[in-house]
Amino acid sequence: MKFSDLLFLAFSSLIRYPLRTMMLLIATSIGVMAVILLTAVGEGARDYITSEFRDLGTNLIIVIPGKHETSGGGGPADFAGLAPRDLTVEDAISLRQIDTIKAIAPIVLGEMPASFGGFERDVPVIGTTPEFLRVRRWEMREGDFLPGVTLDRSPPVCAIGKEVEKELFGTSRAIGQWLRVGDRRCRVTGIIDSDGRAIGIDVQKIVVMPVSLVTALFNRPSLFRIIAEAESRIYMDQIKKDIIRIIKKRHQGKEDITVVRQDTVMASFDNIFNVLTMALASIASISLFVAGILIMNVMLVAVSQRQSEIGLLKAIGAKNRQISNLFLTEAILLSGSGAILGLILGHSITLSLKTIFPTYNFLPPTWASVVSLFVALICGALFGLIPARRAAKLDPVIALSGEK
Amino acid sequence: MIQLKNLSREFQVGNQVVHALDAIDLSISQGDYVSIMGVSGCGKTTLLNILGLLDTPSSGDYILSGINTSEMNDDEMANIRSTKIGFIFQSFHLIPRLTAAENVEIPMILAGHSQKMRAEKVAKALARVNLTDRSDHRPEQLSGGERQRVAIARSIVMEPEVLLADEPTGNLDSTSGSEIVELIEELNQGGLTLILVTHDKEIGKRSNRVIRLLDGKIIFNQTQQGI
Repeated sequence: MKFSDLLFLAFSSLIRYPLRTMMLLIATSIGVMAVILLTAVGEGARDYITSEFRDLGTNLIIVIPGKHETSGGGGPADFAGLAPRDLTVEDAISLRQIDTIKAIAPIVLGEMPASFGGFERDVPVIGTTPEFLRVRRWEMREGDFLPGVTLDRSPPVCAIGKEVEKELFGTSRAIGQWLRVGDRRCRVTGIIDSDGRAIGIDVQKIVVMPVSLVTALFNRPSLFRIIAEAESRIYMDQIKKDIIRIIKKRHQGKEDITVVRQDTVMASFDNIFNVLTMALASIASISLFVAGILIMNVMLVAVSQRQSEIGLLKAIGAKNRQISNLFLTEAILLSGSGAILGLILGHSITLSLKTIFPTYNFLPPTWASVVSLFVALICGALFGLIPARRAAKLDPVIALSGEK
Repeated sequence: MIQLKNLSREFQVGNQVVHALDAIDLSISQGDYVSIMGVSGCGKTTLLNILGLLDTPSSGDYILSGINTSEMNDDEMANIRSTKIGFIFQSFHLIPRLTAAENVEIPMILAGHSQKMRAEKVAKALARVNLTDRSDHRPEQLSGGERQRVAIARSIVMEPEVLLADEPTGNLDSTSGSEIVELIEELNQGGLTLILVTHDKEIGKRSNRVIRLLDGKIIFNQTQQGI
C-alpha cells in the first residue's frame, strides 16, 4: 500500500466522524497550546529580568546599597527595621582611588514633572555621569550626553529621550532649549537615539541629568546604585574586594553594600529562569500526555465500532500490518494536526497578549514549539499502537459477522 | 482447483465442542458453479469462510491451486485473498464514507497498484456491473441492488479465480436479487469459479452443482443437468 493511499484512507475516516475528530484535535491542541503559553511566560520573565543586564557593557561591577544575604536571614539591623546606610555620591568619588576601574557611573532615579513652553508631563529622571552612556551602550541621535559633567561637577545640562523631545518640543528644535524639571532648569544638550528599556524604564521617555543635580532635586542623597567598569576582566574580583573594603571603611566598618559582577548575575538569572521555564514546560506536557491517553481510548472504541470494516479489509486482502498501519496513521494524523492547531493557537494567543499588555514579555521559545510537536506525535504513535494492534489481531470471521 | 481432504472445523461453545464441519471431502474444479445449501447452523458459512481463507480448519487439508493452505502464514493468506479470491456478502460491506469507485479501488490500493492501473481497472469493473454513471455516489445514495453491484465490482477488480458469495440476494427484493444472480452467472460463464451459499431453492436449481450440508456433513453432492 502506498503512503499517499494510507493517508487518504486514514483521512477519510477522520472526516467521517467529525465530532470525534474535533474533540481529539481540541484535546491535543490544548496540550500543545499550554506548553507554548507557559514557556512563553517563563521565557518572557527571564528576558525581562536579564534584559537589564544584557544591555550593559562588559566587565561591569554593580554596587547596590544594603547587604543582600543569599543564605539565611539578615543581621540584627534587618530585624530592627533599620534601613541600610545610604550609598552617596561621595562613596562613588572614593572609588576613584582604585586605578583598575576605568569608569564610574552612579545612578539616581526618580520621577518629576518636566515642562517646556505650555507642555508638561511627568518623566522618569535619571541622574548620572557621562560614563553611563558607554556602560549602557546608548547612541546619541544629536548633541552630547551631559557634556562637562563629572562626579563632582554638575553644570545644568540634560539629555532627553526621543519621546520626550517629541511631546514637549514638537517640531521645534530641542537642543539648546531650557527644560524645566521640578524646580530646576537645565539646557538640553543631546537627544538619545536608543529605545528599549533601562532599569525597567522606557529609554524614549527619560530625562538624564547630572547626578548631583538630581540628588538635590529629590532632596535625597542616596544613590540607586553605582556601576563601575573594570579595565579588564582579570581585575574584576580584586576590584570587588577593594570596593567592599573602601566603602566599609567609609561606613564606620559596616559592610552594608552588595557588590555583584554583572556577568555572574546574568548567568545565575539565566539559570534560574531556564529551570523555571523547563518546569512550566513539563507541567504543560502532562496535558499532552492526557491527550494521548484520550486518543488511545477513542481509537479503541473506533476499532470495535469499525469491526466489520476491518473484517472486510482483511477479506479483500489486507495484511495485518496494513490494518495496524491504517489505525496508527489515523492516530498520528490526529495528534499531528492537533499539535499544529495548538501551535497556531498558542502563538496567536501570545501575539495578542503582547499587543494587549505591551509592557510584559511573552516569548514562546522555538524549542518549545519543536519539542511539543514531537512529543505530540510520539504520544499519538505510542498510544495509537495498542488500538492498531487490536485491530490487526481481529478475527475476520467474527468481525464480519457483526451486522452493520 | 479446490480440494478439501478430511477437513473439520470445531468450535468450543462453553464446555461443548461443536463440529461446524465434520470430516468433509470435496473438490471443485475451475469454472464450476456450486451452490451450498442447508438450514441455518449447518456449517455452510463456515465452509465458505474456510474456502476464502478467512478461517482455518481444525484438522484436514485445504489445497488451493495445488498449494496446501495449512502451511501458509497470515501474510501469504492475505495475498491469496487479494489475488485469487473475491468476496460478496449479504450485507454488502461497503465502506460508507467512500464513493462507489473508491470502494472498488480498495483491493487495488491494498495490493499497492499504481494510480493509473487502478483507474483503468476500476472503470472496467464498474462498467462490467453497469454502474459507470454511479461511480461518484456514496453507498447511502445507492439502492440495495446497486450496492451489491458495487460489491461485485470490488470482488472482481483484482481478477480473481474464485468468487465466494454468502447469501448475495438475502437483503434484496426479488427483482434486484435476480439481476444480481444473472450478473454473477455471467461472470461464471466468463470462466470464474462461483461458489454460492444460499437458502433460495430457485438459485440452487440454476447452479451446476448443489451441495447440501447438515450438521457439518455433506449429505448431498450432485451435478445437475441443464440450467
